[in-house]
Amino acid sequence: MNTFTVSKLQSVSELIQLRSRLLNEEEQAGLARKERILICMGGGCLASGARKLKDEFHKQLHHAHLHNSVEVKGIGCPGPCSHGPVVIIDSDKTLYQNVSPGDISEIIEQHIQNRQIVERLIFRDNTDGKSASSIADIEFFKRQTKIVLHNCGTVDPLSINDYISHNGYAALSKVLCGMTPETVIREIEKSGLRGRGGAGFPTSLKWSLASKSSSSQKYIICNADEGDPGAYMNRSELEGDPHSIIEGMAIGAFAIGANEGFVYVRAEYLLAVERLQNAINQTKEYGLLGDNILGSGFSFNLEIRMGSGAFVCGEETALIASIEGKRGEPRPRPPFPVQRGLWGKPTVINNVETFVNVPVILLNGGDRFASYGTQKSKGTKVFALAGSVRHSGLVEVPIGTTLRELIYNIGGGTVNDRPFKAALIGGSSGGCIPKEHLDVPLDYESLNELGAIMGSGGLIIIDETSCMVDVARFFFEFVTEESCGKCTPCRVGTKRILEILLRICDGEGKPGDIEKLIHLGEEIKRTSLCGLGQSAPNFVLSAIRYFRNEFEAHITRHCEAGVCFREKKFNDLEIQHSASTKD
Amino acid sequence: MAAEDNKNQQALATDEEILTYVDHLIAECREKPGIVIPLLQITQKKYGYLPEPALRKISHELHIPYSEVAGIVGFYAYFSIQAKGKNVVRVCQGTACHVLGGNEVFAAVKKELKIDVGETTPDGQFSLAVGRCFGACGMAPVIMVNGEMIQQVKPSQIKRILRKYKK
Amino acid sequence: MIKLYIDNQPVEVPANTSILDAGRGVGIKIPTLCFIENFEAKGACRVCLVEVKGAKNLVAACSTTVLEGMEIFTNSKTVRDSRRFVVEMLLSEHNGDCKTCLRNDDCELRQLASEMGINVLEFEGEPAPQNIDDSTPALIRDSGKCIKCRRCVTICNEVQGVGALFPQGRGFYSSIGPSFAENLAAVACVQCGQCAAICPVGAIIEKDHIAGVWQAIDNPSKHVIVQTAPAIRAALGECFGYEPGTLVTGKMVSALRRLGFDKVFDTNFGADLTIVEEGTELLHRLKKALVDKQPVALPQFTSCSPGWINFVEFYYPDFLENLSTCKSPQQMFGAIAKTYYAEKIGKRPEDIVVVSVMPCTAKKYEAQRPEMSHNGIRDVDYVLTTRELGRMIKQAGIDFRSLPDSKMDSPLGISSGAADIFANTGGVMEAAIRTVYEIVTGRPLPTNQLHIEPLMGLDGLKKATLKIEGTLPEWQFLEGIELKVGVAHSLTNAVRIIDAVKKGEEFHFIEVMTCPGGCIGGGGQPRFTTNEVRKKRIAAIYQEDEGKTLRKSHENPDIKQLYAEFLGKPLGEKSHQLLHTHYKAKENLKPT
Ligand SMILES: Cc1cc2nc3c(=O)[nH]c(=O)nc-3n(C[C@H](O)[C@H](O)[C@H](O)COP(=O)(O)O)c2cc1C
Ligand code: SF4
Ligand code: SF4
Ligand code: SF4
Ligand code: SF4
Ligand code: SF4
Ligand code: SF4
Ligand code: SF4
Ligand code: SF4
Ligand code: FES
Ligand code: FES
Ligand code: FES
Repeated sequence: MNTFTVSKLQSVSELIQLRSRLLNEEEQAGLARKERILICMGGGCLASGARKLKDEFHKQLHHAHLHNSVEVKGIGCPGPCSHGPVVIIDSDKTLYQNVSPGDISEIIEQHIQNRQIVERLIFRDNTDGKSASSIADIEFFKRQTKIVLHNCGTVDPLSINDYISHNGYAALSKVLCGMTPETVIREIEKSGLRGRGGAGFPTSLKWSLASKSSSSQKYIICNADEGDPGAYMNRSELEGDPHSIIEGMAIGAFAIGANEGFVYVRAEYLLAVERLQNAINQTKEYGLLGDNILGSGFSFNLEIRMGSGAFVCGEETALIASIEGKRGEPRPRPPFPVQRGLWGKPTVINNVETFVNVPVILLNGGDRFASYGTQKSKGTKVFALAGSVRHSGLVEVPIGTTLRELIYNIGGGTVNDRPFKAALIGGSSGGCIPKEHLDVPLDYESLNELGAIMGSGGLIIIDETSCMVDVARFFFEFVTEESCGKCTPCRVGTKRILEILLRICDGEGKPGDIEKLIHLGEEIKRTSLCGLGQSAPNFVLSAIRYFRNEFEAHITRHCEAGVCFREKKFNDLEIQHSASTKD
Repeated sequence: MAAEDNKNQQALATDEEILTYVDHLIAECREKPGIVIPLLQITQKKYGYLPEPALRKISHELHIPYSEVAGIVGFYAYFSIQAKGKNVVRVCQGTACHVLGGNEVFAAVKKELKIDVGETTPDGQFSLAVGRCFGACGMAPVIMVNGEMIQQVKPSQIKRILRKYKK
Repeated sequence: MIKLYIDNQPVEVPANTSILDAGRGVGIKIPTLCFIENFEAKGACRVCLVEVKGAKNLVAACSTTVLEGMEIFTNSKTVRDSRRFVVEMLLSEHNGDCKTCLRNDDCELRQLASEMGINVLEFEGEPAPQNIDDSTPALIRDSGKCIKCRRCVTICNEVQGVGALFPQGRGFYSSIGPSFAENLAAVACVQCGQCAAICPVGAIIEKDHIAGVWQAIDNPSKHVIVQTAPAIRAALGECFGYEPGTLVTGKMVSALRRLGFDKVFDTNFGADLTIVEEGTELLHRLKKALVDKQPVALPQFTSCSPGWINFVEFYYPDFLENLSTCKSPQQMFGAIAKTYYAEKIGKRPEDIVVVSVMPCTAKKYEAQRPEMSHNGIRDVDYVLTTRELGRMIKQAGIDFRSLPDSKMDSPLGISSGAADIFANTGGVMEAAIRTVYEIVTGRPLPTNQLHIEPLMGLDGLKKATLKIEGTLPEWQFLEGIELKVGVAHSLTNAVRIIDAVKKGEEFHFIEVMTCPGGCIGGGGQPRFTTNEVRKKRIAAIYQEDEGKTLRKSHENPDIKQLYAEFLGKPLGEKSHQLLHTHYKAKENLKPT
């Protein structure tokens, strides 16, 4: 896209010069350009055929002799993934959904050439028939606040130049010329940023602990393991805006005094790794990673390590063990990684989303960030809406937004307007929120009160066609498979819970089983070694808390949703059961 | 590593070829701490599984007891010590897929391939595995064939989808 | 110092003390299963949970260090309930039957269950998969009884540096064992049995030879003789409630007689013989190097520890030439018993059954090595560990504590103090030097009590230099030489000393014992061998040595007679046939 190559940037002013050159060029191009077509290159849309669509657009524009005046640009995921492939017409921000190659000629002729919106392809917000063409008018977008995802859907994730022209690496250069580790940490402290990996630990506190350590070798790690089923926020961030992660990590490294970093990405995220590696290569080429970045004397190297299919490796000590080349088993904390982490050195581990917030905070100031969210939880949170919700996809809202707003106003309600049953939040370690609590604000404290957790942002909506007992069994299959087996309560206890749940789902539940589940669950929580065991029973306990009647009904062989007691037909349970994660 | 060619499965590689390959891999990174897992990943990508001679070699060269190498391999679900079929079909059994009918899809795949999880069809064409969320929950239910994602699948489409991969 | 409260008692302990140790200091016993002293706590079993005021969950006492002002409760209802829960979980996966378990007298799990008064199994379900591994001559592993405490993993990896055992798989179906739940024979296990000695339950036990021994004893046509290793007498008492380090030589001999052995002999006799042969071998090597200027493998390594032999065969084939060609005392004894002794008593070797009592499981392996036989007849037929002998004595209904003392039989029962100290680290070396020095100079070793201080004690690596002066004429070439010797016990320390040799550090003679502390800490000894127990057993051994008038191997009259009547001279032809051997690299487990 850009017509010149860049050699290593030697100073902040060279970066600024580059940015203005890029902006200048972009302005020139903008003047010459009639229109720009943005095509989502997120993993979701790619899988629904976005690449072919993009090629086809190129071809047909060529045919129509429009290739010089109409630009086609790939972007990160703008959010409504279930309606992919998604195409946005830049000038009026019209969003087309489920676009297939067959629709292209119509879009070009009607919209590009005649400025007529193709009605049949526009996004439909609600069942009330209301539909809007422009992102500015669509409820799904209008009600979101995009800080983390501000580049997703605008910036080309493959182009460092595009990132730089969107103020990319401005925060890093600001930090490198003129800020000290202390002032960086103070800014983060002002923002009130809490870790987005699930537990909500204040990021500034973690950083300042590491910063104070006198060790000459420290590490910074980005946790991109995202193993919770139903969560894919980090995946979109990696695919859609890899440079923000690199920039956030470089700033973190500067703040704590680390010169080496790792991004630990889960095995399934092939595209994410490809994009991130591409971004790292570009960044190195530009001298924004490596030795003596922008002539500041600060050096930082970054490497990707891939997971190999173990959920527990998201737990920080297990993750460290895995990078060290060991079995990914957690170890007791303390010592915490900031005291003794990777290869025994002080190590900071943060979630992808935590890092993405960092450049924004440094650029706009901690106070501005702190103006979003609640008293105790600042900023926004990205949720992955999935399950029985009309617009499943990625959404970002200020912390404290209610569940109802998220499901009904943004998500467009349940599929086919079936009665809402519960929201499953926080994945296997989380809990469920029944309809009487639809108005709960989504923040750490309020969710804890309901026996759920914020978690990393997975939010699965289920309606009356799903059975709570079945879902609980399902979650337990997951944690049982993923338990590392090191500590007794989790290794054996989760298995015993699963056996009881399987029994109940098979219609062989016994009186007293529910009490056993509660007893096992509570003991596993308080005795397990790591967060996996400590939170594994959460979902079952929460399901019993809100849907005890369903468990009781099952014990007398009745499944309202009609999900259970059909194994004879499917014979699935057994197979899933033996399916452990080995293949 | 990510760019490594993964279509390149050589189910019939001889022990000698395997050892030469692993030798050359190790030569480049022997000193790097924690390199054993990336080495296993690359080897698995190359052969589709981890042949025993490769594991013995890695153990020997990196001075990691063989039992420990085995312990690492057995810990991570992605590693396999069994040769797989030409096409690996992974069916998502994540939450979102589950609540949107992933089970029926799973049943359809099993019915079509007539194998269970962890098995390979007699003609060596397909192996079946499950996954716990591919991060495509917005498009559930999802299956993955050789790393290629296929979303919003219906049980009725399975036959057609799989036929495409059969050579 | 850190001030804290445990069960409302004020306690003061140094920083970095674990809650476990802090509790022990004030008489509070917190149960443990996965913890072993001197190693990093794993926090795996969770039976040591305690409550810390303000903490969300219970914490593991073994892996948590104390903090100023901590308020700890070790006996609250929550703590009792949770510990009990953990033990219930272990029992619910346990796939074993105490009725028939060899460990039911000292099983830590059974004991905890009994202390906690667990009288119903509330949570039954699928038990852990049972895989019984009897692939080696030394050990039996039963995965069904394994509680996954990983103590064996720590020992096998961190102490022995072998790494035959490791966690495999994950979750409920995970196991602790060799590669991919295979058998021990599939990996480079040296069969030292340290894993069996540390296991809290019956998941790794010695392969029991008791039945075979009874059968031999009950067979009137067999002449059954027994030899006992030096390390037994300082430990056997522990099977009968004696304090560690109580010498029970006399009672042991009486017990063996009552068991029905025809003769009770001493492996020490074999040890004295070993010293004479091995010392001579060393002198030969030195002569070859210094006088004949011929290439010869130096330093010479001792070869009496079969775990160490296995280790060299697996991992250091380049050093096989450095191993002394001497068989171990056990095997020398057996070889002499089936030749010299057989002749003497007029029996055919096939009618003699040699049983040895060893502190060791690797000796079971050693005894069945093809190298360890003569004309197709094994030197040693059965090997009992100290623990097995203890059980046999109980089986026979012998009240050990009330036995009178008695003496070993002649001619293979007389031994020197030098042989006694074979039992502990540094002992073989000291015994060898006592003899070598005297051969070369004609004078006894001029040290206090004939001991070599730097080689004593529990340091992993010990070194000494001995200047040789005033040599006899035929040993003139050694005049003024500084003899450099090294001693290592446990295989990680063996690796350290081999690394030093590889780096060019000069040694002439190196003793390696597989087990920490030497044979007194062997894999077949009564459980549990802590460093404190090691020290006590070692003290007893030195006491035995010092109490004897005969302190040097070459002065043993029966040995002299053996050479005069049968062997001729050390390293002579007969010796070569019967007492020496060569080892080969174990290639089969290496990558092709
Ligand atoms: C079983 C388990 C899985 C976890 N998985 C993840 C994960 O996939 N991604 C993540 O960022 N944090 C995960 N965590 C939390 C991390 O341990 C850690 O707290 C987090 O990465 C810290 O980052 P933050 O401070 O930015 O939240 C997991 C924790 C547990 C116990
Ligand atoms: S709680 Fe579960 S995952 Fe965590 S250490 Fe224990 S067994 Fe492993
Ligand atoms: S009836 Fe059973 S399946 Fe249905 S909702 Fe109730 S518990 Fe679930
Ligand atoms: S190991 Fe312990 S608990 Fe298990 S069967 Fe033996 S004695 Fe009983
Ligand atoms: S302990 Fe109990 S179960 Fe065991 S043998 Fe005695 S009475 Fe029977
Ligand atoms: S016998 Fe020794 S080498 Fe073999 S597994 Fe046990 S501890 Fe390891
Ligand atoms: S074999 Fe024994 S020592 Fe090893 S893990 Fe199992 S129970 Fe623990
Ligand atoms: S020291 Fe060990 S090898 Fe030597 S005699 Fe004693 S038990 Fe046997
Ligand atoms: S040190 Fe003793 S007990 Fe240990 S293996 Fe060697 S001979 Fe056996
Ligand atoms: S991937 Fe295209 S909209 Fe999410
Ligand atoms: S649950 Fe199937 S892709 Fe996430
Ligand atoms: S002894 Fe503390 S957890 Fe096992």
